[in-house]
Amino acid sequence: MNKLPLLFLGVFITFASSWLGLVAYPYLTLGNMQPLPDEDTGGYFPPSQSGLAVAGQRVYAANGCVYCHSQQVRLAPLSTDIAKGLGPRQTVARDYLRAQPVFLGTMRTGPDLTNIGARQPDQNWHHKHLYEPQTVTDWSIMPSFRYLYKMQKIQGQPSADAIQGLAGPHAPAPGFEVVPSDDAKALVAYLISLKRNYPLPESPEPPAN
Amino acid sequence: MNPQSLISSFHPANNPDTLASHERAEIDASTRFPVLLFFASAIFWLLIGSLLGLISAWKMTHPGLFDQMAWLTFGRLRPAHLNTVIYGWASAAGIGVGVWLMARLCRVPLLHSKLLISAAIFWNLGVLVGVMGILAGDSRSIEWLEFPGYATPILFIAYAFIGIWAIIMFRFRRPGHVYVSQWYLFAAFLWFPWLYATANILLVWQPIQGSAQGAVNWWFAHNVLGLWFTPIGLASAYYMIPKVIGRPIHSYYLSILGFWSLALFYSWNGMHHLIGGPFPAWMVSASVVASIMMFIPVVTVAINHHMTMRGHFGALKWSPTLRFTVFGAMTYTVVSLQGSSMAIPSLNTLTHFTDYTIGHAHLGLYGFFSMMMFGAMYYIVPRLTGWEWPSANAIRWHFWLVAVGILLMVVSLSIGGILQGLAQFDPQVSFRSSLDYATPFRWIRGLSGFLLLGGHVVFAALFTLMLLKVGRQKEGPALFAAPVKPEAAPL
Repeated sequence: MNKLPLLFLGVFITFASSWLGLVAYPYLTLGNMQPLPDEDTGGYFPPSQSGLAVAGQRVYAANGCVYCHSQQVRLAPLSTDIAKGLGPRQTVARDYLRAQPVFLGTMRTGPDLTNIGARQPDQNWHHKHLYEPQTVTDWSIMPSFRYLYKMQKIQGQPSADAIQGLAGPHAPAPGFEVVPSDDAKALVAYLISLKRNYPLPESPEPPAN
Repeated sequence: MNPQSLISSFHPANNPDTLASHERAEIDASTRFPVLLFFASAIFWLLIGSLLGLISAWKMTHPGLFDQMAWLTFGRLRPAHLNTVIYGWASAAGIGVGVWLMARLCRVPLLHSKLLISAAIFWNLGVLVGVMGILAGDSRSIEWLEFPGYATPILFIAYAFIGIWAIIMFRFRRPGHVYVSQWYLFAAFLWFPWLYATANILLVWQPIQGSAQGAVNWWFAHNVLGLWFTPIGLASAYYMIPKVIGRPIHSYYLSILGFWSLALFYSWNGMHHLIGGPFPAWMVSASVVASIMMFIPVVTVAINHHMTMRGHFGALKWSPTLRFTVFGAMTYTVVSLQGSSMAIPSLNTLTHFTDYTIGHAHLGLYGFFSMMMFGAMYYIVPRLTGWEWPSANAIRWHFWLVAVGILLMVVSLSIGGILQGLAQFDPQVSFRSSLDYATPFRWIRGLSGFLLLGGHVVFAALFTLMLLKVGRQKEGPALFAAPVKPEAAPL
């Protein structure tokens, strides 16, 4: 193999084949998919997200939640994700249309979050959990995200958004309260928005047995 | 040309246009500054990267460690570790080795060294800005592409310089045989900018919509391993093994088969990271098939290297270069066959979301690639500095610390990962169990990190002494023992 053009051509063509198949093809197909109109309500599946939840995706990315939490319910019966209660049905391409970026994830050091908003719709639960995870689940190895919160002296009336029920070593002393930063509020809004409980024709729910 | 003369012309030393030693010295001298610059920065990032990895590892068992500091949270440290070792260490070391090999094999003194020096400066600037960006909270959490959008153009400029340089070198090479290492290097230097530009445009600068991102992400990430690190690692092995034992590569034809099958199959592997995910079935199936087909290039290269080494394994006792390189070559076979098996859907669903994958990644990037780079550096640096490694004992420490360290890490993560996966799979078992099973093995992994870091400190110290030319000048190379003349190969 002494011929540069031949080497170049071979190197080009082999690589171009995968570029066409694994980049150009999904870009043209999945990249142009549209949400499904919901005739009953005039809305769409997947539903549009609030601005706060969109901002929360950035906080999720900045703090690397994806390195421990996946967001996908894989095909059954190849996987047992549905039987494990990660969601009522497999997640399909349309579910991710509004995700930016798409947090499919590669680790389950922590639980899958595809449907965390359906499992835990309570804001205060999420704030308490992010502030001191071990007081919510004592065996959890999630790090505390205290740096997204502010401890402050209560001035007159307690703040409306102060976290309720903190009890761990970082709980506020009497006369103090812990309030979420804008980032923490956005993150929790995003987490609560994670629900794949709407119907999609391409991913029917398997019958319960 | 009959096959016999083709085979004998295959080894650089047997080439009719083999270089005289003064020509070799002249070529080596021309590569000195850029190559040492890449090596020095690579070793610096290796130390930083090991430290970041070590802290991340201990955070898995001690979640409270540094948890009040945003920039040291696990979700920032882990990508900072990964990107530091991928771009700061492995890529820079690979470029340094690749540049030196290209100059030697093109048989001309290095042209346009300013292009490479600028590349090295841009490179390190890009890594620095990128890692700081991740720690500061600008990561987009796209695996292997966490560097923020303002850092990647700097890296891309560096890559572009290197690609242009490689084409120029290849164009102005001295006529004669093109050695197998050159095919791999030429391909790697062309594939990388394409890979990196595509992924950055579609994921970082103008992100595309929906799950197509996942496909592009893993097409990129797997190809960085398969079409950037692997060809550079193999190029090094194809050069170092015959060089040290003084014997040509076993088979020219196996080399051709290995090269083209790697180019074709590896580039299609990426989707095996997304089995059962939100993608058309054919894409995943194509990647599973391509992953299994990787048996061909892997076994081909393994046979070729093994047959070359046959009868010369005694050289592992005295040659540091060979010991690291052969460790890397053997690991390449193991990790690649393991990778093919991990693409089998039923096994993949079990191990995919567990520490098993982390173990596999470290076996590939460290056990194979990094060991290969250490081996090459032990060969190259004395030829650039005109100084010998100051202590064979220190090299021995380096080898055993990192060899034991990486094996301990991979074995513990693999066992822990399988237990974790079984717990994740069984609907009757709670999520907590998957953590409880993995935890003791994470402790062992944390300990293995100290061994690796220790080995790197030894290596960095040795390299610094080489640059400063400390100690008295040694007369011969630093070997573990006196080289034994091998008996006639039983071929």
